[in-house]
Amino acid sequence: MVSRPHGGRLVDRVVAGRRRIHLLEEARELARLELSAGLAADVANIAHGVYSPLEGFMVREDYEGVLYDMRLHNDVPWTIPIVLDASREELRGVREGDDILLSYRGRPLAIMKVEEIYEWDKVEYVERVYKTRDPSHPGVRRTMARKDLLVGGPIDLLEDPPEPFESVRLWPKEARVLFELRGWRTIAGFQTRNVPHLGHEYVQKAALTFVDGLFVNPLVGWKKPGDYRDEVIVDAYRVLLDKYFPRDSVVFSVLRMEMRYAGPREAVHHAIVRKNFGCTHFIVGRDHAGVGNYYGPYEAWEIFREFPDLGVTPLFIREAFYCRKCGQMVNEKICPHSEEYRVRISGTKIREMLKRGVKPPEYMMRPEVAEAVLRHPNPFIEEE
Amino acid sequence: MGERRSSRYTTVSIPVPLYNRIRELIRGTGFSSVSQFVTYILREVVAEMERERLESEVVSEEEKRAIIERLRRLGYI
Repeated sequence: MVSRPHGGRLVDRVVAGRRRIHLLEEARELARLELSAGLAADVANIAHGVYSPLEGFMVREDYEGVLYDMRLHNDVPWTIPIVLDASREELRGVREGDDILLSYRGRPLAIMKVEEIYEWDKVEYVERVYKTRDPSHPGVRRTMARKDLLVGGPIDLLEDPPEPFESVRLWPKEARVLFELRGWRTIAGFQTRNVPHLGHEYVQKAALTFVDGLFVNPLVGWKKPGDYRDEVIVDAYRVLLDKYFPRDSVVFSVLRMEMRYAGPREAVHHAIVRKNFGCTHFIVGRDHAGVGNYYGPYEAWEIFREFPDLGVTPLFIREAFYCRKCGQMVNEKICPHSEEYRVRISGTKIREMLKRGVKPPEYMMRPEVAEAVLRHPNPFIEEE
Repeated sequence: MGERRSSRYTTVSIPVPLYNRIRELIRGTGFSSVSQFVTYILREVVAEMERERLESEVVSEEEKRAIIERLRRLGYI
């Protein structure tokens, strides 16, 4: 049986039929709050149950519980605040108890019942979530640029925001039905923001050896400059899965959700989200969701010890490397040979090669994957 | 913040001999107090009990038919 939704119930706040028509009419009279792409994605994720058990943006009680105790007010584990920020000017005339219209690119997106409007301490936020206030940290920089007030309350989704990868985007209900149709009882979720190299493939296949299916679920949406573009990740994975994985053992689907680069806290968040898709296991990488040297290489593994009630089993699979003596991809635990025989697979080195238009060697990246990346004139996100 | 945090805790009673056993048991384990240990164990047990009680059905039959149709259209099945 696939994983139970986090908090016990898969949230569904998508409005359809007559109620939707009625709400769209009502929305004309409401105060409107225009959202960024990241917040619009959060609205859709809430409505489709990706963030179950959240029914909306966090009110203060949940926000503080998450910030200080990594738990919602009802004790359910949660590590990244899901909050809606707005300026005083945007909220002029809006009172607690009001309904407001959330829009994206000028189109109605959702109705929100404003339960609470409250102030937040952004410095406290970044110190708790990112463990640093260094403005060089991409998550810190983005948080500090957010607006001064938070608005909490449930939402009702009127229309999904546009999704360029609609043909490879599944919502939790859809993934759960698909897993059931395939007869999978154990599913390992794999989070990524990169194109796959052989180290990733090793980890995925190691996990797949022990579970019924693999759910490859790359993030699309805002990422820092220098990361791979969304379309490059999708193309690279299509090639890898088509040529090197049995078709009936993998499901590929994108998830529109911003990277925070919050290291250990974000690793738990990624696990919770995949649990809602039905994953029973979640692959936690070395320095998962990390950036620079802000987090220790295994901090993202250690944090899971604090959650005996997470309801999804983390898989800590050691980093893979190629050993010339073993003649294959191995890891620290299974290779007895010294460093001189080991060829480390560095994501940074691979990026540098691809930037120069050079195909990385085959022990680092499948040639077909490298070709798929290099077909894009500029595979990387540029400076903002 | 102190007020919020203190309001999130309450007291339960356990037998003193059990308290003493736990205190000995957790020495050097990383648990900083008996309360922290008991909270950890209870969360584990409660989550397991909740899992057993929950309904397994999250998608209605009607929804399931529509989802299967979409999955077929997208080439997933």
